[in-house]
Amino acid sequence: MSDTQQGKPIEIGTAGDHEELVRANIGWMLALAERLLRDRGLAEDVVQESFVRAFDGLANFEGRSTLESWLHRITVNTALSKLRQVKRLAEQPIDEHLPEFDRHDCRIELPWSQLASVEEIMESDDLRRRVYVAIDELPDAYRVVLQLRDIEEYDTSEVAALLDITETNVKVRLHRARAALKKLLEPVLRAEESK
Amino acid sequence: MTNENGMMRRLKGTMLKRMHGMITCREFEEFVLQYLDGELPPKQVKIFEWHLRICRECREYLAAYKRTIEIGRAALGSDDESIPDDVPEDLIRAVLDARKT
Repeated sequence: MSDTQQGKPIEIGTAGDHEELVRANIGWMLALAERLLRDRGLAEDVVQESFVRAFDGLANFEGRSTLESWLHRITVNTALSKLRQVKRLAEQPIDEHLPEFDRHDCRIELPWSQLASVEEIMESDDLRRRVYVAIDELPDAYRVVLQLRDIEEYDTSEVAALLDITETNVKVRLHRARAALKKLLEPVLRAEESK
Repeated sequence: MTNENGMMRRLKGTMLKRMHGMITCREFEEFVLQYLDGELPPKQVKIFEWHLRICRECREYLAAYKRTIEIGRAALGSDDESIPDDVPEDLIRAVLDARKT
């Protein structure tokens, strides 16, 4: 089976074809769902539901995108539905993690004598674990926008459509998510200073 | 905050508010996303970058903000390492069984 048959309907008819499709794609789909949901159990549910949707839609798949990008979209949509089901997409307060300004509208920012590099952080088990803890502290409504825009590389209008919010709201949430994550990551980014 | 520091911040805030072609740190914050996405008009880019030159806090904030984006990509990115090679066989069977029902 090939996913590069642009413009041609994918021909997957037999049980063996289905099994090949599942085995070839389930790993990255599970990883994607887990990134969006931060929960392995829910991610497994999402993968199952995504394949059901995919099998139902295969006959109508016209190959305008690659099979992988089509499955990617189905997985993202199913994961977002799951987040809505478990009521994790409602807007939650994030203000305590946002930048602070004094009464003269000047930023309050402690001096940075140095900034840890991505390599330093990702190569340290402890620092990497603290990055994941910080990401998990972001409210889902913001974390998901950050995930879809910065990691999965959907554009603003696509994220707006996926989440059924305005493009302006996507931009506001993305900026707040990044700013909040920056504040949550400060102890990690300044790790070199505390040595 | 010391009195001296407080006075400097008041002076800075007043200068940024009153001088033509300047923006305050709070206004700077509103333009960060557009600046990084290359969506600011050239005139506003100049104003934004002028603020960066004179404001230590915003300069360091922006550097840490950009590093945060890089760390997020590194931590959450979809590289091969993030793909589990131990997908449970019972999950695969459940997916295939669901197709039959």
